[in-house]
Amino acid sequence: MNSYKAKIRVLIAKPGLDGHDRGAKVIARSFRDAGMEVIYTGLRQTPEQIVTAAIQEDVDVIGISILSGAHLYIFPRIIELLKEKGATDMLIIGGGIIPEIDIPKLKQIGVAEIFTPGAHTTEAIEFVKQRLRGK
Amino acid sequence: MDDRMKSEQQRWKNKIASSAVKRHPERKELFTTVSGKPIKDLYTPADVPDFDYLTKLSFPGIYPFTRGIQATMYRGKLWTMRQFSGFATAEESNRRYRLLLERGQTGLSVAFDLPTLMGYDSDHPLAMGEVGKCGVAVDTLQDMETLFNGIPLDKVTTSMTINAPAAILLAMYIAVAEKQGVKPNQIGGTVQNDILKEYIAQKEWIFPPQPSMRIITDMFAYGSSEVPLWNTISISGYHIREAGATAVQELAFTLADGIAYAQAGIDAGLEVDEFAPRLSFFFNSHNDLFEEIAKFRAARRIWAKVMKERFKAKKERSWWLRFHTQTAGCSLTAQQIENNIVRVTIQALAAILGGTQSLHTNSKDEALAVPAEEAATTALRTQQILAYESGIANTIDPLGGSYFIEKLTDEMEEQAWDYINKIDEMGGMIAAIERGFPQKEIMEAAYRYQQAIEKKEKIIVGVNEFLMEEEEQPPFLMIDPEVERAKQINKLQAIRQQRNSAKVEECLKRLRIAARGKDNLMPFILESVKAYASLGEIINVMREEFGEYQEPSVF
Repeated sequence: MNSYKAKIRVLIAKPGLDGHDRGAKVIARSFRDAGMEVIYTGLRQTPEQIVTAAIQEDVDVIGISILSGAHLYIFPRIIELLKEKGATDMLIIGGGIIPEIDIPKLKQIGVAEIFTPGAHTTEAIEFVKQRLRGK
Repeated sequence: MDDRMKSEQQRWKNKIASSAVKRHPERKELFTTVSGKPIKDLYTPADVPDFDYLTKLSFPGIYPFTRGIQATMYRGKLWTMRQFSGFATAEESNRRYRLLLERGQTGLSVAFDLPTLMGYDSDHPLAMGEVGKCGVAVDTLQDMETLFNGIPLDKVTTSMTINAPAAILLAMYIAVAEKQGVKPNQIGGTVQNDILKEYIAQKEWIFPPQPSMRIITDMFAYGSSEVPLWNTISISGYHIREAGATAVQELAFTLADGIAYAQAGIDAGLEVDEFAPRLSFFFNSHNDLFEEIAKFRAARRIWAKVMKERFKAKKERSWWLRFHTQTAGCSLTAQQIENNIVRVTIQALAAILGGTQSLHTNSKDEALAVPAEEAATTALRTQQILAYESGIANTIDPLGGSYFIEKLTDEMEEQAWDYINKIDEMGGMIAAIERGFPQKEIMEAAYRYQQAIEKKEKIIVGVNEFLMEEEEQPPFLMIDPEVERAKQINKLQAIRQQRNSAKVEECLKRLRIAARGKDNLMPFILESVKAYASLGEIINVMREEFGEYQEPSVF
């Protein structure tokens, strides 16, 4: 991350029609309590809106929470849009109800990690800190 | 409690138990329920002093119904085994329903996909990636005809989990029944239709609170005269709990929602006894057996008091809290998924010991995907084993009179009243929601629970203790939303070509005028669905007239 930035900036996004935001809110709160700057998009954001917000807010991390099963549509679309806008240095992580079998497909297109049910918030926090330290 | 018992309890506490603790300290400093409620080492008559059996419990089927709403409970009739199901297209869901009925399920419960829940047709851009994914896609009456093809609607009752567009789905159901030759007064079932818990927890809303409440009270009025066996609402704590609420919060917010609906009905000019008997409830059942049982018993007692004392209902049926239960989806783990069968069994046990009228048991694979057929069958078998093999349905409210259960029931009731009074002081549930009050309480509880798991204050087998290397995940039911979307769009386009467009236009115009005025919306919606207007077209008219809700977002 850039040295002038004191805090890690994270956008927590909730794409698609699904309104189950318990996970998104718990992770947003946990990141904030871990000293990060957190922006939560609110519900039902299109990939376009999420990418615009991420660029405007100049975030280091985009965390996407999705439980509806639409992940194989939503993640590729967000990554494609980020590429189009030249914003390729953001760390993309995800969480929600995502079958194991889909995780390699998501990693292949550039999702750094997927946190599935039962994952600890501390794992996600450590993961983000580790990855951004290397930058 | 007499003096002899008091001194004996003192002797146990100060001598026998305390010396045992000195030799072997207790496993924890504080024992708590899943919801974080402290639990003592022992409950005795001292915990329920001046216990008046008739006021607190009375007999089954008698006010305040703590022991159950029916006089004979499961000795007369078992609870309805109602498994929530639906995916992909109407054809595929219809096959699953017929299979479940053939395997001994006694009622249907329909899951709709997200575009349907949110009032979008399958060809709407926001439906991309979601068609048929979490439930079945319904665009027009034709889909509903297919969904219930070969299922006699005068014999089976159906629950439909649908909220903002509930009036449309009820209208479609009435229309399908009529095509089968079944009259509206012969059909039985439930639409969830509980918008307040959507603002609080599940967040599948469309319209703002005021017009939403108007649609609901229109349905109360229409239901009581035209579809008298239909439950026009299922006031739901389930989603509130899933969003992270404690058991007390689930209880309190659900009943506070119930109070708001009853008040809205009265404010709309209805007699309380006209619609109150068709109000039904829907609760969650989590892992903490006794806390859940106490919650169900307290719910019945509070609601009976609310209806009798606050709303002055006169009919006994208005005092009844009838409820459906679903085992807690949020308690299932993605790790060692076989363990989920055991969790579901405990949760189902709590629901039955708590006197539920119907029950859905979750499938072991639900932390990962929509249930596969084999997993869905095991979930149904779990209920059948409890019903026919365990003996728990032999007697009514078997835990009634337990010092622990009665004390817990009293405490849950008191704590729920505290919340209800607080919400009343805020000006009722809608005002509380607009302030973000229940949302914030739930968010705090969800965060505390997650922290407790991460600190291992609470042990979840296979998640933070007793881990093991996992085998590969079993095959899941995979649904390709693009395939489903293409199929749905084809059907929708065909309907749009075949139907009488002028008639559809005319129906939608009449609906718009009704929405602007005060007429009951149901007849206009029914007329529109019969003309094969799509769900999205009907919702669009209402959205244009009523506007959309914007959430005050907090975390």
